[in-house]
Amino acid sequence: MKHRTEEELIGYRFGEVKERMEIAAHLKECAECRDAMTRIEAVFVALDAMPIPDPGEDYGERVWQRIAPRLAERKTRWWETVFVPQRLVALGGVLALVILAFVAGRWTKPRIPVADQVDAAKVSERVLVVAVGEHLGRTEMVLMELENAPAQKGQKPINISETQRRAGELVEENRLYRQTALKDGDQAMASTLDELERVLLDIANSPEELTPAAFETIRKRIEAQGLLFKVRVVKQGLDERKANPDARPAENKARGTERKKA
Amino acid sequence: MAEEVAVSDAIAVERMLAGDRDAYRVLVERHSRTVYRMAYRMMGNAHDAEEVVQESFLRAYQKLKQFAGNANFGTWVYRIAANYAIDRIRQRNADEARRENPSRPGEDSLEVDPLSQVPDMSPSPERLAGSAQMEDRMRAALAELSPAERTAIVMRHWDGCGIEEIAAVLKSNSNATKNTVFRAVQKLRRAMAPFLEGKEARAMGTEV
Repeated sequence: MKHRTEEELIGYRFGEVKERMEIAAHLKECAECRDAMTRIEAVFVALDAMPIPDPGEDYGERVWQRIAPRLAERKTRWWETVFVPQRLVALGGVLALVILAFVAGRWTKPRIPVADQVDAAKVSERVLVVAVGEHLGRTEMVLMELENAPAQKGQKPINISETQRRAGELVEENRLYRQTALKDGDQAMASTLDELERVLLDIANSPEELTPAAFETIRKRIEAQGLLFKVRVVKQGLDERKANPDARPAENKARGTERKKA
Repeated sequence: MAEEVAVSDAIAVERMLAGDRDAYRVLVERHSRTVYRMAYRMMGNAHDAEEVVQESFLRAYQKLKQFAGNANFGTWVYRIAANYAIDRIRQRNADEARRENPSRPGEDSLEVDPLSQVPDMSPSPERLAGSAQMEDRMRAALAELSPAERTAIVMRHWDGCGIEEIAAVLKSNSNATKNTVFRAVQKLRRAMAPFLEGKEARAMGTEV
């Protein structure tokens, strides 16, 4: 009689063999294999007899108390930070202000003197101009960091996690300002913000560690599109609008054509 | 019931991703004991097991966005814990090897049969009379398994995991994982032979 191997018997015990019925029949007939099976089974009996200390009913709570102070170290992504309640509240506040300004400008027209309406519109635009200017300043810093990063030798991956985090934060703001620029008829600014958004999205969604080749691709794209130059031109335009609040987006259209030529 | 728990886990994860850090508390309190049992069997002592539990929940928190597509948080954190336990055992083995034999630093025991390397410490059957001795012997035999073998026996025997699930943790294929499980049982049987042979052991699963 051909005996079953130890592997077959262990596999049988775990239900990991195809010929289960054959092995069962063999074990019925063969005392030697039955002894071998008993020796294997004794191991499992001994394993089951191993005690395990009970950490207590409140163990989960104790684990939480120990790890909770360390959870703040978690790295967050742009979309995680955007949907943080405090941020949503702040964003909601800004939107509410914009809507309020809009509604105040439209619905209260009969009751507000024309001069005051013009002032309110000017204030609203001025706030937007300052906010976009600051946003472009922060974006410029991110682009400059990437463009001026020292060249890497060899295949050592480049960690861009910090730049990536800031790019992620800028994406949502950028989208908001782009939509506002479009509504405002400022095509040149909307177009620049659109290009910026794509690059910021690419940076935010890249892996934390880039190969030197992938890093170079992003850098070349920034250079090829002349993004830094465009950001500076738009920023300069905003500075002029800050200094001369009467300059309207209509004028910017003509300026935009000049920018495109540049 | 299982579905209700899964839904609750999913909601807790959603809340966490929305910035509610305290939602994680529900998950930690719900799954800590299961992870602890596995960690204790892997590490062999309460101190190391607790470290594995804490580190695993921290890692799960940091990788939470990778979990979004998975259905069962308990299974996911269990796998993270098993992987971390393997790393810790390897590190511990390397540290011990360095202390015992400074000329062979950093040796990983995954591919080496530890039973062939350690001196035979098997007590005679006369000395191994009671269950306390049997436990000590089994504890030593488990400690002598490679990290992969230990993971395989803990997950397969104690936690009833399938071969595919174990293979995912060991980053191996099904056949290799099956062999790892078999090898672990064979090593334990050989290590326990002086004590178990000759004793009446309960026979199960023979369908006779």
